[in-house]
Amino acid sequence: MTTIAATGTDLHAHDHHDADHKPGFFARWFMSTNHKDIGTLYLIFAIFAGIVGGAISGLMRMELAAPGIQYLQGWASMMAGKEASLDEAYHMWNVLITAHGLIMVFFMVMPAIIGGFGNWFVPLMIGAPDMAFPRMNNVSFWLTVVAFIMLLASSFVPGGTGLGAGTGWTVYAPLSTSGSVGPAVDMAIFSLHLAGAASILGAINFITTIFNMRAPGMTLHKMPLFVWSVLVTAFLLLLALPVLAAAITMLLVDRNFGGAFFDAAAGGDPVLYQHLFWFFGHPEVYIMILPGFGIISQIVATFSRKPVFGYLGMAYAMVAIGVVGFVVWAHHMFTTGMSVDMKMYFTAATMVIAVPTGIKIFSWIATMWGGSVSFKTPMVWAMGFIFMFTVGGVTGVVLANGGLDDNLHDTYYVVAHFHYVLSLGAVFSLFAGFYYWFGKMSGRHLNEFLGHLHFWIFFIGVNVLFFPMHFLGNSGMPRRYPDYPEAFAYWNGVASFGYAIMGVGVLIFFVNVIWSLVAGRRAEDNYWGEGATTLEWTLTSPPPYHQFETLPVIK
Amino acid sequence: MLKKLLVVFAAMTMPSLVMAQPANPAPAPLTKEVAAPVVATPAAAPTAAPAADAAAPAEAAPKSMDGSLPGYTPMRPNYEDSVGMPKPKEIDFQEQFTENGQYAKWINNAILLPIITIISLFVLGLLLWVIVRFNRRANPVPSKTTHNTFIEVVWTLVPVLILLGIAYPSLDLLAKQFKPAPAEAVTIKATGYQWYWGYTYPDHGGFEVISNMLKEEDEVAKGERFRTENDGPRLLAVDNRMVVPAGVPLRIQTTAADVIHAFAIPSLWFKLDAVPGRLNEKSITITKPGVYFGQCSELCGARHAFMPLVVEALPPAQFAAWVKAQGGSMPGEEKPAPAAPAATATPTETVAAPAVAPTN
Repeated sequence: MTTIAATGTDLHAHDHHDADHKPGFFARWFMSTNHKDIGTLYLIFAIFAGIVGGAISGLMRMELAAPGIQYLQGWASMMAGKEASLDEAYHMWNVLITAHGLIMVFFMVMPAIIGGFGNWFVPLMIGAPDMAFPRMNNVSFWLTVVAFIMLLASSFVPGGTGLGAGTGWTVYAPLSTSGSVGPAVDMAIFSLHLAGAASILGAINFITTIFNMRAPGMTLHKMPLFVWSVLVTAFLLLLALPVLAAAITMLLVDRNFGGAFFDAAAGGDPVLYQHLFWFFGHPEVYIMILPGFGIISQIVATFSRKPVFGYLGMAYAMVAIGVVGFVVWAHHMFTTGMSVDMKMYFTAATMVIAVPTGIKIFSWIATMWGGSVSFKTPMVWAMGFIFMFTVGGVTGVVLANGGLDDNLHDTYYVVAHFHYVLSLGAVFSLFAGFYYWFGKMSGRHLNEFLGHLHFWIFFIGVNVLFFPMHFLGNSGMPRRYPDYPEAFAYWNGVASFGYAIMGVGVLIFFVNVIWSLVAGRRAEDNYWGEGATTLEWTLTSPPPYHQFETLPVIK
Repeated sequence: MLKKLLVVFAAMTMPSLVMAQPANPAPAPLTKEVAAPVVATPAAAPTAAPAADAAAPAEAAPKSMDGSLPGYTPMRPNYEDSVGMPKPKEIDFQEQFTENGQYAKWINNAILLPIITIISLFVLGLLLWVIVRFNRRANPVPSKTTHNTFIEVVWTLVPVLILLGIAYPSLDLLAKQFKPAPAEAVTIKATGYQWYWGYTYPDHGGFEVISNMLKEEDEVAKGERFRTENDGPRLLAVDNRMVVPAGVPLRIQTTAADVIHAFAIPSLWFKLDAVPGRLNEKSITITKPGVYFGQCSELCGARHAFMPLVVEALPPAQFAAWVKAQGGSMPGEEKPAPAAPAATATPTETVAAPAVAPTN
């Protein structure tokens, strides 16, 4: 007893009661329990993964810039270290589309928007000193890193026709079972297991934190909308990811242990896998966009110098989107041969989602209406988000029609639609949040001019890149094709040109970040002024290592 | 050859059976094991199931270099009007050659496209108005309005009404698309293989046409058939087309032998997955004779982009001639004399689904 007490006193003597007392480098960054440091790690990780995933789409746009196979065989040969056959080159195409999808979903958008911004700002916004389970938070991050390494490594081992997993991010059976011999698909599945486990742990952490650690006086109906969005997202993660884990575990059983869940010849059914996958997969798309909704709400209110319009409607619209998001999954499977009743139900249910989404769009505009709007970089991105997400949303209403989907399913129209809601939706909200909070996180201002330049070049680039894909889809070009008939050449060429424009925009972004970290102006506590009313703006920029040792009281 | 003779023998000795061979009376259920061609009796079903034993046929060397048979010459695609194929720089859907396709295209172009364009422009207009009217200089003092029940009800109800307006034609289209095929419809079973298609004609003797993509001249060995303009555009042309009668209801069934493929023809507004262990079915009527191109539309492995589908719709009489050339027979008609199929070794001969003589 005495020893323990003595040790305690001894430790206490070294404690300076300093909120900025930081552990050494290794302990701080590799064994972190600090929500802000873990958030930073997530953001750095997401940027790195985004570069990898973006480079892969660059390879794809290069190959698709003109009809015929131009580079694919050379790249496949480089990967294999020997002359690759044409089939191995085609397989590599499937590996590229698979990796692009998985990386962007699981290792770019999700870590950035939930792991990065969620970790950083949920505790700050609710007036909490940290997350509820700091060590579990660290486990979440490092599981994500291992999952990413696992996925990258899978492209160097055999996966059927060539190296790597070429199943698409959906990993449909039986292509992913009997159709892909070799360890690559097993590794990709294991990578998904790890990333999924990381997200489930993160979801538990967020739910516990938000329910138990709000500052005195902050009722649920006083929480900032970003916190609401992360709360809804965490529930979606908690309910959806175990279903994915089950589905891909069944794949593993089919692949390695003689299972027959999805093997028709032994009494299984391949379509069962699709139901399981999309029961996860559809909530997953809301997982990627809901926190973006939250970020946009904060930004629009800040720069309009007005509280958000229809706060309760905004919060419960997200809840409604989350709930309805669980009962529309089979609109991804309209062509699998379902009955007319099912197709009608999923058509109608899917359209219902447009209603709460419309409420959000109009509430954002109503927030600006009558406001005193300043068009700083984050606001420009937020307005870009609202317009682009509307365009992606209305093409979603088109695709919701099961009868129209008989033509549009698995064409470039679908590719255009989900890139408008993700590449121009989720990614725009990520950039908006980054410009909004970078000063708070780093203590340095980003350059306004470069921020605007980044926005305009990126905005033009992604529209030139993705808008023509609607045309390609209309006229029948299927997705996941490395080569196409000459009739599709024109719009594909335009799209590839758009990628190049977008690439210039991204380059400006990195110049801006590096410039600001080296020579950026110091950020004040509340650099956005009176519109920024949430708790993070009451702290220094960057906030102290441990904040809110005395809890703020919300009136 | 022996099997073919057996078919002929069966046809001659048991005409009643062939006569009785029904056009499938009821639409097949959406989910069941790969069905044997209708002509085969249950006893023959195992041998007729195409899945496992049709693995090799892709290499069957054709005798003719342009795919023609006695009484049949492949139709030249209509490049001038881009019928059944994508058009360069096109932004709209392909021209439609089924009634439901025309209806669906109309729903999109006359209802949905205007609505979504107006909504997008409306949102853009509001944003621009905010930029002009509510910027910090024009409106230095922000209002404090955060609620307006009336407007919130309006922007909830108006979208609901718009969606109801969309739902009506949309569900109507679905009902039309799912109208079962009439009893006399012509059944074609399309089987997806890695990476080619097989088309079985159960109403016409159960032969299977194997359809591979045609390569370019510089990609094939000397003496092998390559793609010409007559066959179709690059990556879309095949050696043996799925020939069907025009103006007659078709019952298209899809299934697959290995992984999931998808049968898709954009100009017929038709897409249906071919799933191993399932027999999917959809009915269409092609309004005009012509050549309609499509491409596999479910990721199926390395050569996913290189297993196109080509449907050639012919006037019924020419279709009958094509069936004869394949060694099949029209329903209700006697089998052709042995001379006809024997004279031409068609590319499909080696894999014609072995409709073995009925045993009863």
